[in-house]
Amino acid sequence: MVTPHPILEASRLRKIFGGLMAIVDLNFKVMPGQIKAVIGPNGAGKTTLFNIITGILPPTGGTIRFKGREINGEKPHRIAQNGISRTFQTVELFGNMTVLENVMVGRHVRTKVGLIQSGLRLPGVKKEERFVLETAQEKLDIVGLTRRANEPASGVPLGEQKLLEVARALATDPQLLLLDEPAAGLNETEILRMAEIIMKIRESGVTVLLVEHHMDLVMSISDDIVVLNYGEKVAEGTPEEIKGDEKVIDAYLGVEIKYA
Amino acid sequence: MGKENLRAVFILTICLGVFPFFIRSDYYLSIMIFIGINAIIVMGLSLLMGYAGQISLGHAAFFGIGAYCSGVLTVKLGLSIVTAFFCGIFLSIVMALAIAIPTLKLKGHYLAVATLGFGEIIYVIFNELLEITGGPSGLSGIPPIHFFGYSFKGGWRYFYLVWTVAILLLIFSLNIIHSRVGRALRAVHGSEVAAQAMGVNVSQFKIQVFVLSALYASVAGTLYAHFVTFISPSTFSLFVSILLLMMVVIGGGGSIWGALLGAGILTILPESLRAFRDFDILVYGVILMAILLFMPEGIFKGLTLSATWMRKKW
Repeated sequence: MVTPHPILEASRLRKIFGGLMAIVDLNFKVMPGQIKAVIGPNGAGKTTLFNIITGILPPTGGTIRFKGREINGEKPHRIAQNGISRTFQTVELFGNMTVLENVMVGRHVRTKVGLIQSGLRLPGVKKEERFVLETAQEKLDIVGLTRRANEPASGVPLGEQKLLEVARALATDPQLLLLDEPAAGLNETEILRMAEIIMKIRESGVTVLLVEHHMDLVMSISDDIVVLNYGEKVAEGTPEEIKGDEKVIDAYLGVEIKYA
Repeated sequence: MGKENLRAVFILTICLGVFPFFIRSDYYLSIMIFIGINAIIVMGLSLLMGYAGQISLGHAAFFGIGAYCSGVLTVKLGLSIVTAFFCGIFLSIVMALAIAIPTLKLKGHYLAVATLGFGEIIYVIFNELLEITGGPSGLSGIPPIHFFGYSFKGGWRYFYLVWTVAILLLIFSLNIIHSRVGRALRAVHGSEVAAQAMGVNVSQFKIQVFVLSALYASVAGTLYAHFVTFISPSTFSLFVSILLLMMVVIGGGGSIWGALLGAGILTILPESLRAFRDFDILVYGVILMAILLFMPEGIFKGLTLSATWMRKKW
């Protein structure tokens, strides 16, 4: 059997903010179809890693390859076009728009009507608009927010805002979806629902990379886990391996761990 | 563009269509023509401010470029009105790109500063190029518009011409707002970082909208020059740029209908305050302050809110 190529590969990735080493020579791979988790204490460099992958921050050194092609230094909108989408740790919705419109913005990258075409309503605009609407409704349905479609996004409860971010990211047709703490601020029922949705997304062929503090969620859905501490990789492996790793227990999981 | 907007455009068109049948006075018709010309510029500015979130302090300069291109090219070079019109548009687009590309790639309000400088430069050029622009004493003898031998000289004819252009641009603007581009612009307003992550090329859209708004102003400039047939630099000063901004703010940024309303109110207001004689400026200021105090989001939003409130009450 031929081993498949990684969909995302970071090698000797490094990010320095002034004197602070946020990420230190990080190497890791994400294989297609995986759910991979990045865990670690606060300030370990997890969100910085996401910001580098999505082009919001340039790395200080090292490379990131997506589907074999180097993507560091590319603009965020180009990276979205290439097939990487994300959600945000602190919800970044378009609060001035409705729930449905938020998801429709996600279709932006897969559509192309420009200023003049839309201003003149040239042929094709209406068709594309209908296509945008249909896909957006489909994605809303996946996360179960159809009944909220026409409410202002800023008005729905936090749990649903998190789901809305997932739907919006899905609307870009990503091959790799980055979820930054999807369970933060959710209650137990909502976390279960989020886990189900993440599994469903993986089944549809999308690779998922997530940052999460909620250990039950991470351990139950991930195929593979990377543990960061002070920007360095402490361990990498399956949930079973990570639970037993002493360095991980020292750095992060602590003595309270109940997975004995 | 949505049923409500379509209905509103329809009603507006009908009202304007019958206006000259009831109001024959040349004075009122010319005020309506000025409202139409201002509305064209303010719609462009409203797209720029309310949707792309950028401020321009130099739109009077684009207005002036349109007017002077039409004036100079027809009077001094004897070019046709249509050729002169397109030269004005071309020049405005080139100037707008030259300002927008370097400044809109940066975050923050660099555009406001750049356009402030640009407006002053253009104003000085209008004043100093005596041979071409006629300097501070202006340029006269600009021919009225005529197509295929049909002259648009009369008040009501010019009224129809200006408002046809204004309504076409209104429809164009509404179409943009209710499209992929409009959504992208609103998204940038909501969260720039999320918009980028969804694949929106933020600086590209900002540049496009700025150029579009410069084009609107240039069109208005041509319509102005051929209507008044005399232009001088003072019509295109910084004061006018600020007045145009005021129209956006008073009407309500983020709404094209607000732009129309703002243009209408601030064009009529000084005329209707003539009765106050020396105190007109004072009353004008008080009215503007009152509007912003009681309707901080502009008159359009204020009226919609009070309409909903009244519907609930009764």
